Amino acid sequence: MAEKKVYSKLGEMLAKGEFILTGELEPEKTCDLSHTIQEAKEMAPYVVAANVTDSPLGIVTINSLAASHIIQKEANIEVIWQLTVRDVNKLGIAGMIMGGHALGLRNILSLTGDHPNMGDMPESKPVFDLDSATLCMLVREMVDKGTINGYEIESPPKFHVGAAANPNSNPMEAEVLKIGRKVEAGCEFIQTQVAYDLEKTIEFLTALKKYNIPVLLGIFPMKSYAMAKGFDTFVPGVDVPKDILAKWKSIKNDYKTDKSKQKEMYDQANYEFFNPFITELKKKELLGGVHCMAVHYPRIFPKLIEVIKD
Amino acid sequence: MIVTTKKDFEEIEDALKSYNNIMLIYCGTCSVTSQCSDEKSVNEMLENLKNAGKNVVYHQEFKEPCDFRQDLQDWRNVPQEALDKVDAFLILSCGAGLQAMLDLFDRKNIAKPIFIGLNTHGIAETERIGRFHVKCAGCGDCLLNYTGGICPVTSCAKGLMNGPCGGQLDGKCEVGKYEKDCGWILIYERLKKIGRLDLFGQLRPAFNWADRGHQKSVVFR
Repeated sequence: MAEKKVYSKLGEMLAKGEFILTGELEPEKTCDLSHTIQEAKEMAPYVVAANVTDSPLGIVTINSLAASHIIQKEANIEVIWQLTVRDVNKLGIAGMIMGGHALGLRNILSLTGDHPNMGDMPESKPVFDLDSATLCMLVREMVDKGTINGYEIESPPKFHVGAAANPNSNPMEAEVLKIGRKVEAGCEFIQTQVAYDLEKTIEFLTALKKYNIPVLLGIFPMKSYAMAKGFDTFVPGVDVPKDILAKWKSIKNDYKTDKSKQKEMYDQANYEFFNPFITELKKKELLGGVHCMAVHYPRIFPKLIEVIKD
Repeated sequence: MIVTTKKDFEEIEDALKSYNNIMLIYCGTCSVTSQCSDEKSVNEMLENLKNAGKNVVYHQEFKEPCDFRQDLQDWRNVPQEALDKVDAFLILSCGAGLQAMLDLFDRKNIAKPIFIGLNTHGIAETERIGRFHVKCAGCGDCLLNYTGGICPVTSCAKGLMNGPCGGQLDGKCEVGKYEKDCGWILIYERLKKIGRLDLFGQLRPAFNWADRGHQKSVVFR
């Protein structure tokens, strides 16, 4: 078998089969990225790379290509550029992929993207010329063959491409089969939606084993009770377990007057929940790593890295 | 059938604002089923035009306005004195109906404007009168053999080619607040039922738009 080509630190770690931690950065509706860059700097020592989101929930934010480039450069962190097929057609995306390479990006997460109808410009034309699988195909053609539609690219881009999966998906079989399409299309790693249900996650990850692809489990350490409650209420398909909500609520109430202790207790509670969860999946050899979506909560990373290294 | 709905009269009135003498033409086929050019709808339109101060010089059903051959026949019944008087035409039909009439107007040297009174939604199944479901996007490259007969272009809000997105929740679609079915889960269930889940795992290329779109005609003779 030909040796796998490596274009980034993420690609290198995946090729080595190391257990890795990735983070997530969510630029907002602003042209000033200083807050996101600060967050990126804080997580940089702990993660292999960090995702930069592409207008999640269809709510317009600064363009993810521009943000990825600036964050990678300013924060000295490797970026996984989230690229949705929602807003740009195949021709445009092919151009963006070359542009992304020229700007120093080397990892793409191929995503469908939330429908514009969900966001703050619902009148926008939903493009979806490609889907998350055919975007992987396009990246692979451009990178591996150095062509677009068979036409040669003078200096082709170099990228690793990953895709998303949802362990909470019902029916699960449909999701597993869809991931099969993405793997066949050339996707090299999977980052999952947030999971809290251990049994269901084991079942899902076991079903993915046949694809022989590293899966990074999505986790969402919760910075506060408000964050946990909001996540439970507003993120479709994700139910934060009731005992977690109760625990976070008690931390909120018990340490009202001592904010620094409250922070410490939240961090500890996250550790106590995620440590056995991840350890169990790791023990079963179902995971290639963890993708932490603790947006605006970079102080959790030193604690999380203990879990990863355990 | 082609499903249509009525435009707000205000929009029609705005289009007709520079014209007083109107000829009303209405479809005798699909738009009747859509209850947009049936007797009641035509009477309602005549009343609206009258109330807006318009003079309806003549009105007539065209059996199938989208069929140029049929239009040539139906045109024979239009009286010359109405044509002498008319300032503008209003048609209750789908968009193809009006545009076939333009060809007829060219043939007959009619240099008068024609306006549309309906909105066209697509090629639909009639469940019953008043309940129509757009099922076909007329892509010109039918995928139904791979999807158990359910069209991913019309049943998936994103028209995806390779299975459900992360926006499906328990078989419902994120678009429309999880009230409508996810098209790809319908496809999955259908393929499972007929023992063809192998098709559900099959990677499909992106839709080929190269032959789509611009002034498309089907000409085989």
